[in-house]
Amino acid sequence: MEWYPLLNSLRIAAASCVIVFFLGIFCAYYAARLPRGVKGALDVILTLPMVLPPTVCGYFLLMIFGVKRPLGIFLAKFGVQFVMTWYGGVLAASVVAFPLMYRTARGAFENFDETLSQAGQTLGLSNPYIFWRVRMPACRQGILAGAVLTFARALGEYGATSMLIGYTPGRTATISTTVYQLWRTNDEVGALRWVLVNLAISTAVLLAVNLLEDRQKAVRR
Amino acid sequence: MSLFVDIEKRLGEFCLTAHVETQGGTLGLLGASGCGKSLTLKCIAGIERPDRGKIVLDGVPLFDSGKEIDLPPQKRRVGYLFQNYALFPNMTVKQNILCGMRRERDRNRREEELKRVLRLCRLEEVERLRPRQLSGGQQQRTALARILVSQPRLLLLDEPFSALDSHLRDKLQLELRNLLEQFGRDTILVTHSRDEAYHMCSYLAVMDQGRLSGEKETKALFADPGSVCACLLTGCKNIAPARKTGAYEVEVPDWGIKLQTAQAVGEHIRAVGIRAHQFHAGTEQNCFPVEYRGEMEEPFEWIVEFRYRGQSSAASPLWWRIPKDRRPVPFPAELGAAPEDILLLYA
Repeated sequence: MEWYPLLNSLRIAAASCVIVFFLGIFCAYYAARLPRGVKGALDVILTLPMVLPPTVCGYFLLMIFGVKRPLGIFLAKFGVQFVMTWYGGVLAASVVAFPLMYRTARGAFENFDETLSQAGQTLGLSNPYIFWRVRMPACRQGILAGAVLTFARALGEYGATSMLIGYTPGRTATISTTVYQLWRTNDEVGALRWVLVNLAISTAVLLAVNLLEDRQKAVRR
Repeated sequence: MSLFVDIEKRLGEFCLTAHVETQGGTLGLLGASGCGKSLTLKCIAGIERPDRGKIVLDGVPLFDSGKEIDLPPQKRRVGYLFQNYALFPNMTVKQNILCGMRRERDRNRREEELKRVLRLCRLEEVERLRPRQLSGGQQQRTALARILVSQPRLLLLDEPFSALDSHLRDKLQLELRNLLEQFGRDTILVTHSRDEAYHMCSYLAVMDQGRLSGEKETKALFADPGSVCACLLTGCKNIAPARKTGAYEVEVPDWGIKLQTAQAVGEHIRAVGIRAHQFHAGTEQNCFPVEYRGEMEEPFEWIVEFRYRGQSSAASPLWWRIPKDRRPVPFPAELGAAPEDILLLYA
């Protein structure tokens, strides 16, 4: 069995998880302090990728980063091409998984007791210190849960990925695109193998989420 | 030590105007809930930004809308004890207190100061525990210790006892007052409880619907509240509109009586107040026939509801408080209050 799709899926999921983790927290932190009207509009835009069919996200990505589009031509000058490359997969997975991180992190920030941050300020603590040592630990459970969900979603991404990077064995193949490809070519046993691999990873991830939630409840008690 | 505050802030319909100057010691801001007391403290600490005005602490301007000065809370050196204490839940007592000392670079001095304050606030045995494992009193002392080590020039206490059980409250008031005395900094305490204000504060300012008036000595305010709002907040139960009928006489239409006063009555008198424990049988003046309506038993006192004979039916009954050992049998047919116990209220 050729293990490339597993490695590729894992690196795409891991890379987009890291990117989305910081981007999601950043957006959530600033969105949580915006006035209501602006927040609502921003929310719609930032959450759209979650409710749109992933193929539609893939369509938009192609419209923006396609090799004949201005941005695609511009990036090609620096040797960066998102179409048909594995890091294009990172872009596709990041876009689709971003809302999960953004929304869970924002929920966690909105439940944060602002008096903790205000107390820190009156004690003379710097704002970055308050953010990393007070706000983040207090919101840790929610943010970790968001990160795990992001990883799981990025791992299972199919629609936008197949639109943007297609399926090239040994180059852009991921678990989900491989399953489809093997099924299409009547290799039922091969498809089943990858289905089982996927099932194992997803189960592990969901167990991790449950464990986090249990610990959160224990803390509240 | 001096604080000068003269600020305005609008929040939707609500408008806050506060003018206070501290004269040393503990100043109390007394007001009903939602009247803007906490907002005033937050403006002083720099957590909220006033629309206009000036805040000067020890000659240093913290905020001045005219000169575009607005120091961040980190630079104001104003300690703020929050209602819920705002202890960092992910840190131990010791780590919480060390948060107040991040300005101090010298490690030995930090350790020394930590030991001193742990002893002062009696927290030595719980220094390794997290806030949720502490009792209410320990939480309060931890929050206070964390503030004291940050060496604030001014201390703000926002309803410091509201999160505590009532039996703990009196004990902790005494304890907090002793700690504050040792600490020796100016303090502003926000409260809606007249007992707390009376126990803790040398001066009081009354806040009424966003308006903070000038401060008065605590005992003077209780003796002569001057306004209906202050009178209510100092716990007076019997207040009714009044108008001047003589140099030392007012008419109270709701009660259907005329009262003789010890103080000269001003032209703009609005109402009078009589404290519930200041009624007596057979006083020389202000004695009128009454009808009794009901009574309520308290642990050490009786509260008796009564109406004057000529009282208008729309006016609510008055309260008379009697210590249990002095309850007359039968109740007197007439009740009166001494002229010096009639509180004249102008606003």
